Amino acid sequence: MKFNGAQVLIKMIKAEGIDTIFGYPGGCVIDIYDELAKQEGLRHILVRHEQGAVHAADGYARANRSVGVALVTSGPGATNAVTGIASAHSDSIPIVVFTGQVPTALIGNDAFQEVDIVGITRPCTKHNYLVKSIDKLASTIKEAFYLARSGRPGPVLVDLPKNILQAQIDFEEPGKISLKSYKPNYKPNKKQLNKVVEMIKKAKRPVIFAGGGVIVSQASEQITRLAKMADIPVTASLMGLGAFPGSDPLWLGMLGMHGTYRANMSIGHCDLMIAAGVRFDDRVTGNIEKFAPTAKIVQIDIDPTSIHKNIEVHCPIVGDCKAALEGILHLMEDQKTDDLKNNRPQWLDQIEEWKSTTPLKYNQGSEVIKPQFVVEKLYELTKGDAIITTEVGQNQMWAAQYYHFNKPNHFITSGGLGTMGFGLPAAIGAKAACPDKLVVDVAGDGSIQMNIQELMTAVESKIDVKIVILNNQYLGMVRQWQELFYEKVYSFTNMENTPDFVKLAEAYGAKGLRCTRPDEVESVLSQGLNHEGTVIMEFAVDKEESVYPMVPAGGSITEMLLV
Amino acid sequence: MMNTNSYLLSILVDDEPGVLSRIAGLFSGRGFNIDSLSVASTAEPDVSRITMVTKCEPQIIDQIKKQLHKLINVITVNDLTDKKYVQRQLALIKVNAQPEKKADILRVVDIFRCKIVDVGLSHYTIEVSGDSGKHDAIVSLLKPMGIIEIASTGSIALARENGKK
Ligand SMILES: Cc1ncc(C[n+]2csc(CCOP(=O)(O)OP(=O)(O)O)c2C)c(N)n1
Ligand SMILES: [Mg+2]
Repeated sequence: MKFNGAQVLIKMIKAEGIDTIFGYPGGCVIDIYDELAKQEGLRHILVRHEQGAVHAADGYARANRSVGVALVTSGPGATNAVTGIASAHSDSIPIVVFTGQVPTALIGNDAFQEVDIVGITRPCTKHNYLVKSIDKLASTIKEAFYLARSGRPGPVLVDLPKNILQAQIDFEEPGKISLKSYKPNYKPNKKQLNKVVEMIKKAKRPVIFAGGGVIVSQASEQITRLAKMADIPVTASLMGLGAFPGSDPLWLGMLGMHGTYRANMSIGHCDLMIAAGVRFDDRVTGNIEKFAPTAKIVQIDIDPTSIHKNIEVHCPIVGDCKAALEGILHLMEDQKTDDLKNNRPQWLDQIEEWKSTTPLKYNQGSEVIKPQFVVEKLYELTKGDAIITTEVGQNQMWAAQYYHFNKPNHFITSGGLGTMGFGLPAAIGAKAACPDKLVVDVAGDGSIQMNIQELMTAVESKIDVKIVILNNQYLGMVRQWQELFYEKVYSFTNMENTPDFVKLAEAYGAKGLRCTRPDEVESVLSQGLNHEGTVIMEFAVDKEESVYPMVPAGGSITEMLLV
Repeated sequence: MMNTNSYLLSILVDDEPGVLSRIAGLFSGRGFNIDSLSVASTAEPDVSRITMVTKCEPQIIDQIKKQLHKLINVITVNDLTDKKYVQRQLALIKVNAQPEKKADILRVVDIFRCKIVDVGLSHYTIEVSGDSGKHDAIVSLLKPMGIIEIASTGSIALARENGKK
């Protein structure tokens, strides 16, 4: 039977088990849209900006650990998608982005709405393709999904010229993908695993440091077992939050620039760091020379380039986090519990002392709402069970610090790229993936305006998301740096001129709530969370509240500015 | 840059449009240097060989090799630097051939077993094939006679049969 390219594309997307795609039409993808109109079993969500489509696909992928799909047209559609692609690339999120392209005969002619999107996205995709013949279409799409989800996941872009979408072909199911140039290594080296067990037995002050890789490889159960079996406290990067239960006594809190005092001090004093699925970003390490100066470091990562990149590692393990941790746990079962726990009460006491003398803190008075208080109340009211997406800035850090994630896949944030405008479309994607979950975007007044148009998407598609705006009338995180390091010259960070968010919500057909008093925070939150439909809850918070602890950029992580 | 070494990499890649641009983009994006580069097909269809000389600090070469390998179209990355290999580079050197210098030039050509491939009234063009050491030597000998211009390929290399040095 003959199919055209557009039909092949949709067949292949469905064959991957994808039920929802996010997109925006245009001339070069009109054939695909013509097919989408006839589809059952593949939901298309019409966004209001292509950046939103890609962030939504990203949020979808993170919420249910599948592959997200976005579809955009050529030229401006494709360039609008780039920020979303780069964000997913930074956080190793599997998405496949299909872009329309001008017909092959016109490529290179500066045709209407032609851009070299394969060239533009080469450095911010895991891989990308321009499909030049209908014969290659099905196998390329299959390969794209395979690359996106295997190994260290990442975004893959497939550029589809219009004539390919219109060409006819006798469809044949492509065979199994096997690439001679790409064979990710999942299986860790057994000798190295044995070494880790010996290192654990010798360690007096061990710490586990979990990153996004633990979430991606779905290894939080293994991390948790490892910690408990050997009494090892656990910290995580922003991307690793939820890998280990935030309510567990062994939990240290987040590490890094806005990490907890005890997490940063623990890394400063540990003699063994077991780092899993992390890439030692500068926001985590601060001054590299002073990072974990007394520690032997074990690093587990599926991507060999992450190892020895910016930190000297004593026991590198290339492989899947879950497989490696399973291997270590298996070897530990043969050991005596006492050998593993190795009399660590002193270390745990020390950590307890750091925790009790210097906890995360803020003072909620009776007049002005503290942003941390809003997040803490949100945590209580949702019993820690909501999927939280964030925008970028202080709102993101307060969400990370005060919403105690007990489970993986519940914290969806743009960590590597720090993309303002990520949270709302990502929340839409997450809710589309997990319709039974409560999904809340913790937002700043600046960031929410970067993709505010997606409110219409949420309302139209009946994808209920709850938006909590911590309105400090500033680009708060930049203001904080100006306060601390630029003599309080608040150059262009004032955001007093924002729209009326309640009216704005209403203009889009959503509900809007405003809260200005601490004693109303709880009731506004519960009213908003219980409302059926998309809601903006705006909280007028303390304008000049800052995020603490803070490690000044480039400083040692044990030298923190505290409240 | 402090303490840089020269490394010779032999890279097999899918013979596909855009592969060279992926490699060049990786080097420019991450601040690595390419000293010389040569690309051509191999006996296997769909596979090309890239021979590259890169100068960097010893800690960096590991990242370069791993990053190259991470590119989906790169099949293998072979670091020949510490192995036994044969290396060749081809150059065409056009020198001033004043009557009183002709004998000197011909002597150099003879000693280095080069060829004269073009003769003009006042110049010779010499073809040199050899490793980079030979190239440097011949260039320094011809320089006093007046080199007009040089065209040179990048290095190409293959490992010898019996592996390590
Ligand atoms: C697209 C983009 N532009 C600029 C920045 C730089 N930046 C980081 S945080 C921030 C302020 C964010 O303000 P707001 O959303 O109000 O959050 P707050 O810090 O006040 O909570 C800015 C401008 C960024 N991260 N992303
Ligand atoms: Mg703000």
